[in-house]
Amino acid sequence: MIKSQEIISKLPYSKPFLFVDEIIHIDENGVEGSFTFDENLDFYKGHFEHNPVTPGVILTETMAQIGLVCLGIFILDNNFNKNTSIALTSVNMEFIKPVFPNEKVTVFSEKIYFRFGKLKCKVSMKNENSVVVCTGEIAGMVV
Amino acid sequence: MNKEETLLQLRNIVKPYINNEEAFENFTEDTDFITDLNINSANLVDIILDVEDHFKIHIDNESMEKMIDVKSTLEIIETKLAKKR
Repeated sequence: MIKSQEIISKLPYSKPFLFVDEIIHIDENGVEGSFTFDENLDFYKGHFEHNPVTPGVILTETMAQIGLVCLGIFILDNNFNKNTSIALTSVNMEFIKPVFPNEKVTVFSEKIYFRFGKLKCKVSMKNENSVVVCTGEIAGMVV
Repeated sequence: MNKEETLLQLRNIVKPYINNEEAFENFTEDTDFITDLNINSANLVDIILDVEDHFKIHIDNESMEKMIDVKSTLEIIETKLAKKR
């Protein structure tokens, strides 16, 4: 079984577009991981002007990186390497609470299916008070 | 179940995923999921999973790779259903 740190090192992202700090738990059916939004992240300068709020697309990306890509790497195990290309194929998300700079969030993802190279998951994100901030479904594929 | 019925049922399964209404109106055996209906490979996976649920069959990787048009999909459904009997 590959370890959490090994999965993070295999992620095809780097700063300022890596949104995974830690994998708390992972098995073939799901994953739980966390990320803290540094207040110096570039997008806060413009979203919104003088009123920084984490954009929904960034929350979606965080859910995808933890909930879909980390789990995908775990499931694919040795079949995933630096030449593997992956693509996001669909998202359906509801945003419930805002996430502000310096907030730590935890993503929970549950596999719906992994078939024919496509992984679809039910995901939710909670803030430090364990309040759900967004929830939905995300799917991606090995292409 | 005859071929016409299977075709009609497949048409209903495919309906939520199409991106070309005009081509869907002329849904025949010669319709190609990707080139005619503009369905992407991710939605093609969902169609195959819906086919499995609807017809209560299991589609393996080898069969899946052939299911890119209506004709080959009907053939695979019929083969799988025949094996069940």
